[in-house]
Amino acid sequence: MNNESIIAVKNLTKAFGDFVAVDDITFDVKKGEIFGLLGPNGAGKSTTLRVLSTLARPTKGTAVIDGYDILKNDNEVRKLIGIVSEKMIMYNRLTAAENLRFFGNLFNIPKAVLNKRIDDLLELVQLTKWKNSQVGTFSTGMRQRINVVRALLNMPQVLFLDEPTLGLDPQSSVEIREFIKKLNQENGTTVLITTHMMVDADLLCDRIAIVDHGKIVALDTSTNLKKTISGADTTIISLELANLNQELIDTIRKLDCVDSVSQENSMHLRIIVHGNEAFDSVIDSVRAKKGKINSVQNLQPTLEDVFLHITGHQVRDVADQKIPMETRRRFGQSQQARGR
Amino acid sequence: MGAKTLLSHSFRIASKDLTELFRNRLGLVLLVVMPLFMMVMVGFIYPSNGSTLNNLPIGLVNEDSSYNNSTIPSQTFIMGLQAFNAQTNMLKLSNVSTVDDIKDMVQRGELNGGIIIPSNFSESIMTGQQGILIIVSDQSNPQVSATVQAALSAVFDQMGTQLAIQNVQPLNATNPLAIVKPYNVQTQGIVTGTPSYFDFIAPGIIAMTVMMSVMTGLPVAISQEKEIGTMDGMMVAPINRLSIILGKTMGQVARGLIQGVIILVLAVGLFGVTIHGNILLVFGLLLLGIFSFVGLGIVITSFTKDQETAQMLMMTLMFPMMFLSGVFFPIQQMPWFMQSISKVLPLTYAADSLRKVMVLGAGIPQIATELSVLIVFGVVMIAIAVPVFKRAMTR
Repeated sequence: MNNESIIAVKNLTKAFGDFVAVDDITFDVKKGEIFGLLGPNGAGKSTTLRVLSTLARPTKGTAVIDGYDILKNDNEVRKLIGIVSEKMIMYNRLTAAENLRFFGNLFNIPKAVLNKRIDDLLELVQLTKWKNSQVGTFSTGMRQRINVVRALLNMPQVLFLDEPTLGLDPQSSVEIREFIKKLNQENGTTVLITTHMMVDADLLCDRIAIVDHGKIVALDTSTNLKKTISGADTTIISLELANLNQELIDTIRKLDCVDSVSQENSMHLRIIVHGNEAFDSVIDSVRAKKGKINSVQNLQPTLEDVFLHITGHQVRDVADQKIPMETRRRFGQSQQARGR
Repeated sequence: MGAKTLLSHSFRIASKDLTELFRNRLGLVLLVVMPLFMMVMVGFIYPSNGSTLNNLPIGLVNEDSSYNNSTIPSQTFIMGLQAFNAQTNMLKLSNVSTVDDIKDMVQRGELNGGIIIPSNFSESIMTGQQGILIIVSDQSNPQVSATVQAALSAVFDQMGTQLAIQNVQPLNATNPLAIVKPYNVQTQGIVTGTPSYFDFIAPGIIAMTVMMSVMTGLPVAISQEKEIGTMDGMMVAPINRLSIILGKTMGQVARGLIQGVIILVLAVGLFGVTIHGNILLVFGLLLLGIFSFVGLGIVITSFTKDQETAQMLMMTLMFPMMFLSGVFFPIQQMPWFMQSISKVLPLTYAADSLRKVMVLGAGIPQIATELSVLIVFGVVMIAIAVPVFKRAMTR
């Protein structure tokens, strides 16, 4: 653990019955950085977040947040952190201000300070006008803004965000991202964010840990992660074929120089290849099979490519559905079979 | 963390719950309507003291054959019966020709029963023997049949007495009744007035509503917070886990007490229930009843993961409790094994003691047994519940 790190995770494991959701992970988060856990649903990101925010007990290992152990000093940890979970933490029948006051009171914030802070936070997310309206009447975007500022009531040093842009329209997503960025820059808040959205990770995170099947498979900055495939001899080609069919895809996939093929839509293929001759051999083999090429493009790698390259499957390949914690606990075995 | 902080957090949670409750209009209406329905239904379905029975359709068959060319005894009986009925209107008599007709009409549901005057009726009476009267009962409905039997027996008994008085008149007795009915039975209650069925069920329903709110309302309230995710919001706050359960319990208790008071007011205002005991003792008992159920409620909460399970569990527990705790039916009429089950349910003691106080005007010394059972049950359950809940909360 170096001096700068505010979160130190050591050999953290969380199992539900036979199903290992988080499998012996170790990583550090530096003070003031935005750290992303990127991976498909069911990879163990949310579970990691729940353990770090003291909502679940680790099966093995532990973590230290700003010097406090999550197991031994859980209440000290709670004072330092804020959590924005996937489910919005608020009561529909209470007004925006009442919701914030309720949760603020649980942190023993003096009344005057709390009232001032609530006003400031509502101002910050432009909801002052709706201060005394019941949150049940709010739009999803407004609710998420309340949900985020709720986590900031205790002025946390570390903010945990679990899929903060899930289910939001693009505009609200942008607003939330900008808000997180601003918070990080102005207050120096350390942010640990989980997401399966490449955009979130790419635009927000200083460093990204790619998580798959409960393990961290890669950890670096976005630029460095992309270098792992764009460097050396890896190339990404976008191929537009007028007569794209399964036979052509299979032919390309069988080539030695091809690392992976993914179909983008009815005409576009995204192919990751390696070696100097790769480009030619792909074109040749397509021609040999009478494929009609409309266009060929050389692409910049995205995080999706990195994920595909490292794990061998796409982010969206794995279980679309979010499996609730309780179900996982009860049906651990069968979910494991499905996940692998 | 001190007890003061714990209590202050609990209070915040409870008042949050109540704010939510009061903003739920439909919920509030149901809060009043539900107990009202219960009172109206059970109160009116079960007749109080059989006094509501009148105009029961009864068939009358006179098979009496004359003795010495006279059927005076049976004529007298029928006239007497009609005269008696004119006063009470208990029966709606119709003349039926044969016994088989009575059977047929009972089977059709036209009659609730019948009276048969056998062929040797006049003969028996005139030869100095007892006249036999036969009551035909409708066995398909035991309750009606029992009522009919009781009503008719009472009618015949009274008519018999009148006849006997006439018979002993020649003896010039100062009080003919003293000869005919040497024992005069009178009933005297502990308190003045005749309690109705409402007096019997009101304390039970109040006890049940208040206690159920803790035992079943608590699991439902907490599993709901778990499901919508707000429980996490409380769990990440640096508060004692106990203040969550304490706060939720306080909220439910307040809700239960509000409901209890509503039923009490309705019972007194609409159904004429009189409270003979100390009203403060009534509230004290309600609080004690709640206390005895809190532990059980917390244990159930710890084991229920979602709202659906909590709801189902509520139904499963509520029904046996309702019927076995003597809330609606007296425990004494149950078979012994049911009575033993009843004796381990805390609601039995709560309902019993509440009834004693409300109906009989009992004080603390008279309900000491019930009080101690409730206290012991409450303490034991809470001692079990606290560690169970703490474990269930940190997973």
